[in-house]
Amino acid sequence: MAKNFFDKVRPTFSEGGKLSWLHSAFDAFETFFFVPNRTTGKGGTHVKDCVDLKRLLIIVVLALVPALLFGIWNLGFQHSKVFGLGWGFWQMVWYGFVKIIPLYLVSYIVGLGIEFASAQMKGHEVSEGYLVSGFIIPLIVPVDVPWWMLAIAVAFAVIIGKEVFGGTGMNIWNPALLARAFLFFSYPSKMSGDSVWVGGLSKALEGGTPWKGGEVVDALSGATPLSHASLDGLSAAGTSAWNLFLGDIPGAVGETSVIAILIGALILLCTGVASWKIMCSSVLGALLVGWLGQIGGVTDIPCWEQLLLGGFAFGTVFMATDPVTSAQTETGKWIYGFLIGALCITVRLFNPGYPEGMMLAILLMNTFAPLIDHYVVNANVKRRLGRAKTV
Amino acid sequence: MSDQIRLKKGLDLPIAGAALCEVTRRVAPGLVAVKPTDFRGMVPRLLVKEGDPVKAGTPLFADKKNTAMVFCSPVSGTVEAVVRGDKRKLLAVTVKADGKNESVRFDVPKISSLDKKGMTDLLLQCGLWPCLKQRPYGTVADPEAEPKAIFISGMNTAPLGADRDFTLKDEMAAVQAGIDALGRLTKGGVHFSLSAKNYAGSEFHKLTGVIFHQFEGPHPAGNVGVQINHISPINKGEVVWTVDLPLVAVIGRLFLKGIYDDRRIIAVAGPAAVNPSYAEVPAGVCMKDLSAFFGEGDVRVVSGDVLSGEAVGADGFLGFYDDQVSLLKEGNYYEMFGWINPFRSKKFSVSRAYPAFLRHKKYDMDTNENGGERPFLMNDVYGKVLPMDIYPLYLFKACLAGDLDKMEQLGIYEVIEEDVALCEYVCPSKIAIQDIVRKGIELMMKEM
Repeated sequence: MAKNFFDKVRPTFSEGGKLSWLHSAFDAFETFFFVPNRTTGKGGTHVKDCVDLKRLLIIVVLALVPALLFGIWNLGFQHSKVFGLGWGFWQMVWYGFVKIIPLYLVSYIVGLGIEFASAQMKGHEVSEGYLVSGFIIPLIVPVDVPWWMLAIAVAFAVIIGKEVFGGTGMNIWNPALLARAFLFFSYPSKMSGDSVWVGGLSKALEGGTPWKGGEVVDALSGATPLSHASLDGLSAAGTSAWNLFLGDIPGAVGETSVIAILIGALILLCTGVASWKIMCSSVLGALLVGWLGQIGGVTDIPCWEQLLLGGFAFGTVFMATDPVTSAQTETGKWIYGFLIGALCITVRLFNPGYPEGMMLAILLMNTFAPLIDHYVVNANVKRRLGRAKTV
Repeated sequence: MSDQIRLKKGLDLPIAGAALCEVTRRVAPGLVAVKPTDFRGMVPRLLVKEGDPVKAGTPLFADKKNTAMVFCSPVSGTVEAVVRGDKRKLLAVTVKADGKNESVRFDVPKISSLDKKGMTDLLLQCGLWPCLKQRPYGTVADPEAEPKAIFISGMNTAPLGADRDFTLKDEMAAVQAGIDALGRLTKGGVHFSLSAKNYAGSEFHKLTGVIFHQFEGPHPAGNVGVQINHISPINKGEVVWTVDLPLVAVIGRLFLKGIYDDRRIIAVAGPAAVNPSYAEVPAGVCMKDLSAFFGEGDVRVVSGDVLSGEAVGADGFLGFYDDQVSLLKEGNYYEMFGWINPFRSKKFSVSRAYPAFLRHKKYDMDTNENGGERPFLMNDVYGKVLPMDIYPLYLFKACLAGDLDKMEQLGIYEVIEEDVALCEYVCPSKIAIQDIVRKGIELMMKEM
């Protein structure tokens, strides 16, 4: 039935048709519903594996769903807690749902709009890469971020971060992180501080009208644990390691719950979509620097607790492992992941003004990933040349 | 005792329709073809015209660069057609057999009396020289070159590939004679690889005058290119020669019988094959003679294996180097929500994104691409199916960029298309990787 529909409207979108300028969009929708009837070439491999990028990317999206669902509940929970509303479970979920939907709409309409347009301009098929980026972006920005800001950030990430390099597969930096970095540096007041991570809080503070039943002390508890990144600070904010693990704390929608992220990690590792080497080495790097900081007296947070804090877990699982912007060689992945973990914690330990290091650590290592690969590949070239001399 | 090399990377494709070990059809010579396009880098000069009578062993065309290198008719009969393509490119010379089975009789001296020059001249004259392929690039061997060694793979790991222990079981004397002959051509010895699992079970382990190696592991462990990479990798400036095992027997028959005798037992297999089994055919056989094997519907006829063979069509001809015909259903259908289906139990994937790894069954694979073409995205899938000390993705990108230095550094001398065929199979971006490597090799041949 749906097939008939597509067959009927295909001429309209094909070359010479009235809507041929929407050809890429038509193609994207058609291939969404139907695996195309294209057959293999005459001289290549005649049979092909049934996996394609759509499948791999939908699995990443699937792996993000636990973090999203938890985040939706947590939005309502934090709001209810800070404002002393005493909401029930479904009220909290509804609040979170209403808050997050516009962010997704903005993210996908702007991002996919640009992707479709540029695919049409280049005469390519629409690549699915943005399905994942667009899903991540609302999970890592403050929930109260103005929509127009988010729209600009998304446009920046997709155009400057991706399309100018040639589109999906050619970008240097992770587009989702680039969107966040853009917001962070362009609109710092909306991106950091104690109040941005709880829905409705900054607005209430600006308005100067205190909320019913709320105290200033409650407002302080709205700060993310990272801005109190010491043991005393954490316990003063009433946050235990269990809270950090569970995730019922203020923070970006997707990154608070380590449990939900671990479920995602499990999905990614079982399906082999993300690199276990990067995840492992990132954790190792973080533990090492965290431990050094601990014995060096820089921090009193045990190194394992560093893994639960802030965006570390989310970044390690979902963003450091981006196959395009990470190191491409297997040896390189160990180095790349290790440095991300180490850098993230280093930034945390030594920069009190900017306690969250994951975003910059990943972006920095995205930049250096090609360099790491270059040396790994060169070592292979040298080894192969050396082979000639020994024979 | 031979060395054992165990390879972990690779993939044995679980494709249905394996050939039963039985010769169910003996095809009398009918229409056959010799195709210049089977020989990379060779520019043909035609030596016959339509209607000329030929015998088995009569030259049909020669290499323009070295006219001593001739390509012979495998049967006796008359030249039926000279098939040309765009720009009058010679595509095939077809010969209609007359059923007399006459052969040119060659004056063949004893193998032991021939030196390299003598052996080379004899093989060139009898049209058997093209059996020797050369690495780098997989061209016909250059008679002037000094090969480091000659490599023969005694194991066939290609999907649905012919079992040479079966197809050559009555040809041991010919294989031995062929190996003795090849031994005259190089000082580096003739290297012969066998499956470690079936070393003693294979008659080939009784061969003499060869250096044995044992390989264990999934496809492409049986590819001679992979074996060379582990036995004695090719470096810049070096040349090795390879010969397919069935063609070793053809060379051997020259010395046993004094004639060009290229009858082959080939596997006819695949999901679209009726009664998949073996057939005895003349070289270059027309696929029409095998039509009894074709299943219902739109069938793709592939000369060679499903990974790197050539789709020749139902009226095409068997390739010079092939001893296998693969039959596949054309996959020109739409599959609703295929990529969302959690199980997709009728399709195989090596990726754990599908639960295929839990199932142990053979699949009716067809020619559907199973997705649209995208840029390179996943970077770890290719290395898992290429058991060589090479970074495949970087090599492919160097080929795409046409960067000669990089291609050389990254290993273009060591691979031909068949070695990277599995990379193309697993590629989730559906990129024509063999085509990329082919163009890279052609560029290297032109520029270097």
